[in-house]
Amino acid sequence: MEATIATDSNENNWGGGNQKPLGASYGKMMIWFFILSDALTFSGFLGAYGLMRFKFHDSWPIADEVFTHFPFLHGLHAPMYYVALMTFILIFSSVTMVLAVDAGHQMNKKKVTFYMLLTILGGAIFLGSQAWEWKNFINGSYGAVKLNDGKIIQFVDATGEQITLESFVKSQQSERTQHTANKGIWFVKEAKLPPFTINEIIESFKANPKIAIRTEQIDPELKSKTIIPHNEAMGFLNEAESVVMGANLRENEYGKTLFANFFFFITGFHGFHVLTGVIINIIIFFNVIIGTYDRRGHYEMVEKVGLYWHFVDLVWVFVFTFFYLI
Amino acid sequence: MTHAQEHTSHTKLIWKVFAILSVITIVEVALGIVKPDSLYLTKFLGTSPLNIIFLVLTVVKAYYITWFFMHMADEKKSLRRAVVWTAVFLIIYLATLLLIEGSYIKDVLGPLTKWNY
Repeated sequence: MEATIATDSNENNWGGGNQKPLGASYGKMMIWFFILSDALTFSGFLGAYGLMRFKFHDSWPIADEVFTHFPFLHGLHAPMYYVALMTFILIFSSVTMVLAVDAGHQMNKKKVTFYMLLTILGGAIFLGSQAWEWKNFINGSYGAVKLNDGKIIQFVDATGEQITLESFVKSQQSERTQHTANKGIWFVKEAKLPPFTINEIIESFKANPKIAIRTEQIDPELKSKTIIPHNEAMGFLNEAESVVMGANLRENEYGKTLFANFFFFITGFHGFHVLTGVIINIIIFFNVIIGTYDRRGHYEMVEKVGLYWHFVDLVWVFVFTFFYLI
Repeated sequence: MTHAQEHTSHTKLIWKVFAILSVITIVEVALGIVKPDSLYLTKFLGTSPLNIIFLVLTVVKAYYITWFFMHMADEKKSLRRAVVWTAVFLIIYLATLLLIEGSYIKDVLGPLTKWNY
């Protein structure tokens, strides 16, 4: 019977009165259930990614060959290092967040302020890192050729290492120039022309007997892409449709377009969560500074935003595993 | 709220958890870069042993983040189960069905893909 009556009139009913069957305040309980539902959303995305990856198990891009950049180490093949760094940045910002929560329990305003600031900085650095990762993926590194049926053909040297188009394609004089607003019809726009034409690539390929091509197909024994020797390659190149530089939602020089789609969508959705987290953290940070929680008598708000922040870190742990490790 | 009344600092525990998470991440990254053939090219439970290791380490990391950073360890059992059991059950259920479906589609469509030109 007591459950229907608010016994303590000081307690706001939105806080659930005095009944706390789960032993947590209304806000904390609700952030937990929000996190639960958000976790299921991410599971749906990662599950869809898994479905498509299983479907194209024999031709999915190999992450180690896609994400190979590291700042200031130009041209060096450095798989994993950068994303490992990003993971550390996010884990560390989680640590500073939990230290802020801990300081909040001791009502230590100075410490909460300091650790919140560090957390915000960590989040901002992570976002910047992700933008850089996107930039590299969008610009691409080698360039490839797309066949009529959408398959991607990459070029390798005699040792089987992938090479860039620039390294072997000789540009010929071409009458085709990029259309800009001051030439011809001013309101007609044109996508950026690839630096080479299909014909130039095929001519240069024929002139270089050492170069071979690589298809998307994965050899299950060696778990690496199948290389087609030079003399059999023309069968593929005769089907060539367009030159692909970098990755976007329509094509992907590293292989399956779906890989790019899922990468942009899932890391983008996660990045959006990080951005929201940083914004909420900033709001709470200023609330801490002006003493809102000091006057309220507890720092539970820091704890709640902390839960969200840790959740973002938790999601990254899974994204990291499924996109980069497995 | 039991936590709020304690007023004791957990800094030591926090740094310990950070150390554990760091070590796990370093192991993951090292394995991901080296990819030892004995773990990468062999088969175990339908995938490579390396993938199983990654999955287990990921779940361990998730456990440490949830239990000690999100203080799930300090929550009431009812809240913990309401959140964790629901998530674990639904995610395993969803992942199992989707992955079975994915490999079925691969078995049906894979042989139809043309790889020789």
